[in-house]
Amino acid sequence: MSEALVASTALAADSSAARASGARQFWRRLRAQRAALVAAAVVALLVLVALAAPLLTAIEGQDPTTYHPSLVDSARGGVPVGPLGGIGADHWLGVEPQTGRDLFARLVYGARVSLGVALAATLVQVLIAVVVGVAAALGKRWVDQLLSRITEIIVALPLMIMSLALLAIVPGSFPRPVLVALVIGLIAWGTLAKIVRAHTLTLKQLDYVAAARLSGWGTWRIARRELLPGLAAPLITYSALLVPANIGVEAALSFLGVGVKPPTPSWGQMLTAADVWYQAAPQYLLLPAGALFVTVLALTVLGDGVRVALDPRAASRLRVGTGRRSEAKADASTDTPAGGADLPRQDAGTPPQGTAVPRPGAPADETKEATA
Amino acid sequence: MSGFGGFVLRRALGTAVTLLAISVIIYVVFYATPGNVAQITCGPRCSPVQVRQVAEQLHLGDPLYVRYWHFLEGILAGQDYSTGTSVQHCPAPCLGLSYQTDQQVTRLILTKLPVSLSLVFGAMVVWLVLGVGTGVLSAWRRGRLSERVLTGVTLAGTATPVFVIGLILMIVVCGQLELLPFPQYVNFSDDPEQWAWNLLLPWLSLALVEAAAFARLTRSSMLETLAEDHIRTFRAYGVGERSIIGRHAVRGALASIIALNANTFGSAVGGAVLTETLFGLPGIGQELVHAVNVVDLPVVVGMVLVIGFFVVIANAVADVLYAVADRRVVLA
Repeated sequence: MSEALVASTALAADSSAARASGARQFWRRLRAQRAALVAAAVVALLVLVALAAPLLTAIEGQDPTTYHPSLVDSARGGVPVGPLGGIGADHWLGVEPQTGRDLFARLVYGARVSLGVALAATLVQVLIAVVVGVAAALGKRWVDQLLSRITEIIVALPLMIMSLALLAIVPGSFPRPVLVALVIGLIAWGTLAKIVRAHTLTLKQLDYVAAARLSGWGTWRIARRELLPGLAAPLITYSALLVPANIGVEAALSFLGVGVKPPTPSWGQMLTAADVWYQAAPQYLLLPAGALFVTVLALTVLGDGVRVALDPRAASRLRVGTGRRSEAKADASTDTPAGGADLPRQDAGTPPQGTAVPRPGAPADETKEATA
Repeated sequence: MSGFGGFVLRRALGTAVTLLAISVIIYVVFYATPGNVAQITCGPRCSPVQVRQVAEQLHLGDPLYVRYWHFLEGILAGQDYSTGTSVQHCPAPCLGLSYQTDQQVTRLILTKLPVSLSLVFGAMVVWLVLGVGTGVLSAWRRGRLSERVLTGVTLAGTATPVFVIGLILMIVVCGQLELLPFPQYVNFSDDPEQWAWNLLLPWLSLALVEAAAFARLTRSSMLETLAEDHIRTFRAYGVGERSIIGRHAVRGALASIIALNANTFGSAVGGAVLTETLFGLPGIGQELVHAVNVVDLPVVVGMVLVIGFFVVIANAVADVLYAVADRRVVLA
């Protein structure tokens, strides 16, 4: 796999013309997968909604933080006044129980928080993972041992528990969404660092890297010019799957009341009290839950599609450009291993020191022995 | 076999080092935070007198490594605490005293642990049976409609957060259909049947998401095995499809399933916090959220340490099991 991978990415790094064709090839392979295309459209729409949140709420004429005490029936514990939880021309999706804040506004501003926090956390994860992984693979033996040991420890820390606890001790004045992104990013980079290290070790042994070293290039220059382009494909693949995972963590933390705190809206946080109100205002539960579901699903499917498009072996089954679309589709749907499962598998086995990248999933030789 | 024994020994040593390192990290992170440590530790509602007491108890005048040493000493040998007038002895695995209730953290954890263990290990049975079963089924029915439906369902499963599944299950099953009462924890020793019935929904909420991951992994890794040469050889010898799927292909997926299970244990511990909070189960997770909200640092640190301990041990056990399933690991 790595040879073909390097071949395609080395091509991309060579000249700008080749890079354009690499990007075009990626796009063609992504487009050949219908599910990924739909997912990409949904993600684009969500990003657009998040970016245009102030505009959308301005059109509605509401904002996410204003209380409307007149719209909730305080005698009945704060149930929204009117049918369907207060849906109407003024409040497109009704109002929040108890406070009367506009649900539509909170939902679209919640998209900002969800996507923003998840992307920022992913960025932090990728930065740390690349630095640690490449340094471990290129550094001296003791550097590798030290960094690998630290990575092992980071992988062993339970993310939810650690971030939950860490969020407790940081002073309340710190901007909450930034804090949540930082905490997730600083705790959950171990798996990616292991993948980067393994890929770098493979790349390091290839001829073109040896050629660069022989021509007197320094380690830093080799890392930047020769290794990073080769790492792009695995990095994009795995970070694409980290984004939906991070969205889930942010939502969970906010649901527990330690993540993003009111008045800043967040989907997870909206669900905190939703179970009490499901009869009076079902959309108060269903909207944020649905938004979370659709976002995570779309990002997962898109991440899966990106993985297939970047993996030459999987992508060759798509037979893009050969005019055999229908056959390709049948192949892709039955043969492509599910991407979500790929991420844990690669790190879960705790690859023994020094071995590179994916291990074959099946102990084939043993099976033979047992049945022989 | 000496190679295998050596492997287990190396893993055990590595695990011990990891545990020690985790305790250092957690201690340093939580007790070397900027700001008034005594104030944070004691909580926002503490009086100045209490804050001074806390500062004394924590030996805040000492350098950090001396304080960590005291903490470690407490875990290994126990410690005496003076609470106001009386002296309380905190026996061997001593994780300190809660600043809210003066209760011993170790004792607090021990009372909450059975609930959390019931939840996580019960859910593990559910996700293994459900996940691997679904995976085997969809590898067997590959290319057919039933496989596509299963793939769609598992994909939807991976995309639903634990607490959303829990919320919906609770509302539909307990609220709308009234099939089950809202869960209330019953001790296993008191009434095993009620214990299981009350934990059924929490188990399902926690396990469904993880089961989806297992289904995807089992399916993809079985399909990988099915494409290999030795399977073709079996087919040529006339081995039946049932035996190929049920014995040989599942065997091929076993190592990855074991590896994923260790990872899942770590994430399920996080999921257990959500499940316990949602269903009001009095476990470690619920207590941790409470401790975080009132900034009861000794309880937080103790619980994070204990949970980290379980996760690290689970990983080590999985590594050994993995080596049993795939001997090539030992040679590396």
